[in-house]
Amino acid sequence: MHYNKKLARLAIIVFSIFFALTPIEAKATEEKSDQTEEFVPGEFILEHVMDCYGWHITTINKKHISIPLPIILWDQGKLVCFSSAKFHHGHNAYKGYALGFTKETSGKIVKLSEPYTGPLEKDAVYQFSRDFTDISITKNVCALLISVVILIAIFLSVAKSYKKRPLMPPKGLQSLMEVLIVFVRDNMVIPSIGEKHYKKYLPYILTLFFFILFNNLLGLIPIFPGGANVTGNIAVTAILALLTLLITSFSGNKNYWKHIFNTPGVPWWLKFPIPLMPIVEFMGVFTKPFVLMIRLFANITAGHIIIMGFLSLIFIFGAMNPVAGYGISILSMIFYLFMSMLELIVAFVQAYIFALLTSMYIGTAVEDHSEHETEPVAIAETAQNQIVEENK
Amino acid sequence: MNLITPDFGLIFWMLIGFGILFFILAKFAWPIITKAISQREEYIQEQLDAADTVKKEMKNLKAEHHQLLQEAKEERDKILADARKMVEKMNEEARILRDKEHDARMAETKIAIQNEKMKALTDIKNEIALLSIDVAEKILSEELSTQTKQEEMISKWVNELNLN
Repeated sequence: MHYNKKLARLAIIVFSIFFALTPIEAKATEEKSDQTEEFVPGEFILEHVMDCYGWHITTINKKHISIPLPIILWDQGKLVCFSSAKFHHGHNAYKGYALGFTKETSGKIVKLSEPYTGPLEKDAVYQFSRDFTDISITKNVCALLISVVILIAIFLSVAKSYKKRPLMPPKGLQSLMEVLIVFVRDNMVIPSIGEKHYKKYLPYILTLFFFILFNNLLGLIPIFPGGANVTGNIAVTAILALLTLLITSFSGNKNYWKHIFNTPGVPWWLKFPIPLMPIVEFMGVFTKPFVLMIRLFANITAGHIIIMGFLSLIFIFGAMNPVAGYGISILSMIFYLFMSMLELIVAFVQAYIFALLTSMYIGTAVEDHSEHETEPVAIAETAQNQIVEENK
Repeated sequence: MNLITPDFGLIFWMLIGFGILFFILAKFAWPIITKAISQREEYIQEQLDAADTVKKEMKNLKAEHHQLLQEAKEERDKILADARKMVEKMNEEARILRDKEHDARMAETKIAIQNEKMKALTDIKNEIALLSIDVAEKILSEELSTQTKQEEMISKWVNELNLN
């Protein structure tokens, strides 16, 4: 398709501009302190699991090799942009902005009381505030945008192959995606939402499923552009859950709200004078997406933490005794492989659960009450037809 | 950055990124893909149904064919049987005719033989009569050669006449 090609080109241009602004060059920063860095597994793990302003790849001979990412701040009507390399991993301040050095602000950007550029003194006390909005391209944002670009590229190419070879069996990437697309459609969306309404929601559920699945899998790749903990970040899962809540609420028909505020089949004294059931049901509207948010976040983060934990074991034992480090590395690798396999399953299962539950919630919201009454008749009819056909 | 407090920047970019993803895919990818898949499914179903009907038709045709063949066979058998019967009949007729001719010829022959036989018998009878006369002549001449004997004879005949 012509416009698809144009779109792909546009995506490539946007992507390249994005990287032109944030040059992928290994910024080598000299470690200033002479004291040997002690390996703290908790920090190591949390640093990986959480968001970060640069994309740390490795450290060779105390030189951090990382991809600097753009920092974008909205400070009192002014847009401030600069590269995160300016911070020198928290050792420098730039134009009065620095990485947080206290416990509460660790890993966040703070604004010093005066626009100061240069190295921060170790023991000096700085006054700072946080009265600005931080919309920096962090590691997670970067990974998210990369995954978005890759997903768009994948599905535009798949769509193109469908256009090019209509009514033909799928080939290559198309056949891989078709299995998943048909799985989502036939095993999740149609059974949950029903034949009548599913077409409207299928695009969203497909997008949701592939976004989660792809980011989960990308998170399992140890190096750039993988390794970021996108779907294990509460902001990401919160948005996904919020979208589920919004879609469910806005597609809810009269019957859905009636079920919430005046649940049929419940004794009247549960609704009046204290509206116990309505309160519980109404809370359910919010707890369902909330659980979705927590489930995805916790599963993916826990998986990353466990994997990082196994890897940390090598360094913990290595710090005690190099031989022990090598020895434990074998065991660690076995556990790491096992966990990675498990995480592959989890990546799929979590995407499946999120998409399935979302479609089920939408399904309850759009369900027709009349369908319930006609269903047994329809089933009886089909059964009868079958018998008639068999007799033929 | 805290683990469980959502970061505004990420929320912002997540909304934008996911929004763009959804918008582009929902506009340029999903409709094409899902439509193509369902179209192909329908097409396959149609083809399967068509194949089924063709199969059924083939079955019917086969049955028809079989029936035709059966009928043809029966007709052939009938024709053959008729022909055989006709041949038999003709043979029979021919035989009867032959027999009749034969009989007629036999009858003629028999009559001829009879005639010839009668003729021969008559001839033989005449011959025998002539021979008998000759013999009688010879015997009489022998008997009546002497006087006595002639007298004897005449007396005998006279006696006999007396008796009457």
